[in-house]
Amino acid sequence: MSMERCWHRRDVISILDFDRECLEKLFNLTLLMEKYSRTRLNILEDKVLALAFFEPSTRTRLSFETAMKRLGGSTIGFTGEEAISVSKGESIADTVRMLDSYADAIVIRHSLEGVAKYAAEIADNPVINAGDGTQNHPTQAMLDLYTIWRELGEIDGICIGILGDLKYARTVKSFIEGLTLFKPSKIYLISPPALRPRKEVLAVLEKAGLKYEHVENIDDVIRELDVLYVVRIQKERFPDVVEYERVKGSYRITVETLKNAKDTLIILHPLPRVDEIDPQVDYTRHARYFKQAAYGVPLRMALLTLIFGREDKVK
Amino acid sequence: MMEKELIIRKIRDGIVIDHIPAGRALTVLKLLGITGKEGLRVALVMNVESRKLGLKDIIKIEGRELSKDELSVIALVAPTATINIIRNYDVVQKFKVEIPDIIEGALKCINSKCITNKPREPVKTRFITISKDPLMIKCDYCGTVYTAQDIENMLLRSRE
Repeated sequence: MSMERCWHRRDVISILDFDRECLEKLFNLTLLMEKYSRTRLNILEDKVLALAFFEPSTRTRLSFETAMKRLGGSTIGFTGEEAISVSKGESIADTVRMLDSYADAIVIRHSLEGVAKYAAEIADNPVINAGDGTQNHPTQAMLDLYTIWRELGEIDGICIGILGDLKYARTVKSFIEGLTLFKPSKIYLISPPALRPRKEVLAVLEKAGLKYEHVENIDDVIRELDVLYVVRIQKERFPDVVEYERVKGSYRITVETLKNAKDTLIILHPLPRVDEIDPQVDYTRHARYFKQAAYGVPLRMALLTLIFGREDKVK
Repeated sequence: MMEKELIIRKIRDGIVIDHIPAGRALTVLKLLGITGKEGLRVALVMNVESRKLGLKDIIKIEGRELSKDELSVIALVAPTATINIIRNYDVVQKFKVEIPDIIEGALKCINSKCITNKPREPVKTRFITISKDPLMIKCDYCGTVYTAQDIENMLLRSRE
């Protein structure tokens, strides 16, 4: 299985488009890229990356932009309300055709599901999904998995808790799918019953033969966890405000929540964080979410390098 | 056979869809996009005796031949259906429907946030069969998974 097959000119729509070997190659190159993520490595000077953010984004967009610039390449694009022709009613298809003719690859985020796949069918150049509705966010999942691999040395054999809105968060869907490419010992899905992962996501876990369990209270499992992955529970997901107020406290991580945790537990969060992790937790040895966000640059540098087939130029 | 002929006469050119599970004929028509407004001559028999199925539905469509691809989607709601292609009163071809691996255009995803439901995008729906027994298909764009019951509900709900 060559690097060529894994990455060169491939679309990145879902994490399941890739296998373990592809991801390990990405991780190894990311590790190498870490030293360039504060300097410059001019290997993509001739490349232009289009950033088509129909939906606002901070980290994903800026880390792609930074990654491209650190590699000597340039970016074009728009974000949210700047998408003027879109607000005038231009179709996604026409916008994608235009970007495809200007740039060498397209990073796309949209609130509708399936947009990245659709864009990839239209564009000749590679399309990278930066989030489509509640479906996929593959580069975030690559980053999440890289952070575990980097911080703990491996993903196999570890016990992972995923806490929050597991039903609508696209980062959770992609993260769970990504985990099925490895062999974690157990996955605890910690959420109110109404926010458990969708049946198609659970089907992926079952097909992979991974052990998982639905849990409502983190206190029941905290001492077993090697990784705690936290996402926000959004108020608007609850039909009833009273119900939201009732559960929200149970899905908030404080220093107190962590008193029975393993010393080596790491906490991840795709960010932005609101109330679900108390700021005091930032100062514990467990917090890794800012480091995780920082890895976003070398990871996306590695990803772009592989997609453009320039990995041989990285020393 | 006798009773059938008492109800509807033979057709000259067209198709007969036989062995439809009882009560599903309207769903089959919906799936084929036949509303009655096309001007086609259509005969529908519901809940008649069948040796194989106990009770069954039959549809006869005169003056229109559907391709094997178009017809294969019938298997999604009527897996037992058999197709008879009729030319000049004779059955020229007879086959059982089979669940296709890819279903393009025939179904409409119910997820309102799916790209295939966005107006003015030149996009055709596409579903991938992930399991034939029990039947499960998923929207190739948004990933929504449908069981046989979901497909029937989807067809009955769609306005046209």
